[in-house]
Amino acid sequence: MGNQALPRPRLTGPRPITGREVKAGPKSRSSLLIHTSSGELADRTFRFTMLLCAAAVLGLLVLIVYELVVHSQLSWRTFGWSFFVGHNWDPVQEQFGAMPFIYGTLVSSLLALILSVPLAIGVAVFTTEMCPKWLRGPLSFTTELLAAIPSVIYGLWAIFVLVPLLRHYVQPFLARTLGWTGLFEGPPYGIGMLAAGIVLAIMIVPIISSITREVLTAVPQHQREGVFALGATRWEMIRIGVLRNARAGIVGGIILGLGRALGETMAVTMVIGNRPEIARSLFAPGYTMASVIANEFSEATGDVYLSALVEIGLALFLVTIIVNALARLMVWSVTRGQPARAHV
Amino acid sequence: MSERSTTSAAHAGVLRISLRRRATDHLATFVAALTVVLVLLPLVAIFTYLVYRGIGSINWAFLTQTPKPVGEPGGGMANAIGGSIVILAIASLLGVPVGIGAGIYLSEFGRNRFGDLIRFTSDVLNGVPSIVIGIVAYSLVVLRQRHFSALAGGVALAIMMVPTITRTTEEMLLLVPQAIREAAYGLGVPRWRTTLSITLRTATSGVITGVMLAFARVAGETAPLLFTAFGNQYWNMNVNQPTAALPLQIFTYAISPFDEWHRQAWAGALVLIILIVGAVAAVRIAVRQGSFAGAN
Repeated sequence: MGNQALPRPRLTGPRPITGREVKAGPKSRSSLLIHTSSGELADRTFRFTMLLCAAAVLGLLVLIVYELVVHSQLSWRTFGWSFFVGHNWDPVQEQFGAMPFIYGTLVSSLLALILSVPLAIGVAVFTTEMCPKWLRGPLSFTTELLAAIPSVIYGLWAIFVLVPLLRHYVQPFLARTLGWTGLFEGPPYGIGMLAAGIVLAIMIVPIISSITREVLTAVPQHQREGVFALGATRWEMIRIGVLRNARAGIVGGIILGLGRALGETMAVTMVIGNRPEIARSLFAPGYTMASVIANEFSEATGDVYLSALVEIGLALFLVTIIVNALARLMVWSVTRGQPARAHV
Repeated sequence: MSERSTTSAAHAGVLRISLRRRATDHLATFVAALTVVLVLLPLVAIFTYLVYRGIGSINWAFLTQTPKPVGEPGGGMANAIGGSIVILAIASLLGVPVGIGAGIYLSEFGRNRFGDLIRFTSDVLNGVPSIVIGIVAYSLVVLRQRHFSALAGGVALAIMMVPTITRTTEEMLLLVPQAIREAAYGLGVPRWRTTLSITLRTATSGVITGVMLAFARVAGETAPLLFTAFGNQYWNMNVNQPTAALPLQIFTYAISPFDEWHRQAWAGALVLIILIVGAVAAVRIAVRQGSFAGAN
């Protein structure tokens, strides 16, 4: 009834082609759609541009190596291999030995691994194999959240919460019970190797556990069913059917965590005490390769001093590259379904 | 009949052994659950402490003023917040296009040895310690310019963004079904146009999420800024001058001996977390609401 009262809708869209245009149609269309020489040129240009971007990734790595090598030449020529075994770090006398920093980096990272590996694997096993399905998402999200907290905030928290806690409760307790080992003696400053190890452990748990989770998920379901069919309990199934198959990948995840711990700078610098000495006790302050660069690079006077710091950077870079490459190969060996034995 | 009795006997045997095994099973479950609690404990501790210490110190002055000299109360981190935004903008401008381009190459043209090499390189680059990247940016930019600058800081962070973006972009583009590409080819759309307007557009939300992950990762980075952006106590918007950054300021204040600065460090940390989470959440919501939405 109202239809007649309404005005005709005004068409604003494309109108049907009439008259001459129809005849011209097929011709113009063919020139538009079929790959012409200009289209191929555009394709090739596009492909080349993308290739440049990809090559830039490779270029960045080469650039990093080049800059580090060039700027550490002076120190390398002055000290040679003795740079890595020397104990003396004396900018005034221009004597540089990196041993205390190498020691600090290794010990704090190993400590972090010892603390975090059982935790990370426990979390990964719990989230993939044990917990109810609805809890899986939130749990993995929350552990990932730990990885999103900036390093400097870990350091801030460690200075004001963790260190006092260690000083007043944990270190006196450790000294009483385990002091005889020699690892836990001396004045409980709070700040020192132990604090650095604990912060690092907290920081690398999400890395190790997320890789482990990925690897565990990649274990084929029929492995689990097979072990269950033999009458295994859930834990036996996990031990025999899952963990054993994922071994190489889990080790890869651990090494990846190690790589992160070796290069971690800010949080460690804030709590390790920054004293270049080698002490047996974990209560004693130490220094790491990354934190000496962080603390002294912008104040380094003299070319040899700067060059020595760059050489420490180069050493750190090479170690993390090797560690990461190894880890990637191990993780790939599991998640890509290749036989795990290839890299174990 | 006899068959049945043997199975039930076997069953009873299983039951007898399984008491110990079942105890082990429960113990394992308990231990695994315990590790989850132990891991979540620091997370909860950090967040509660951050809010508890930070919330009282965030006020208008903190967000709008530059630092006061030691001893004077008040002042804020406005210069650091502004500086961080400038540095991150430079980093994104430099890093995002390269990262996305490399990702496109890997997913669309990279089924070859060169592609594998790039994949491996970017994974390795991802693991390079940030402090080493700082050294490289120092020798690339600071040594040439002869002074610290926001530009140098931006370059350092851009180098860190590229590998992450490359890999996530590749992953997201590979999720786009081949049939969609073929449909476009079938209509005679050239390959570059297909990649940009069909494949990339379909994967937009995933690609943006990857970019935001990279952004969030570098937004809190301090180590590569120590000797590139360097920090500044005053307001500075010149990209060729030393510039303050929020993480740097938090670091400086945290290791200082002054209570007032400690208080501000906590406030700065809370602002930093809010900025990071806020930026990520804002983009996620925008993606979901469709302002960037692709074909799906």
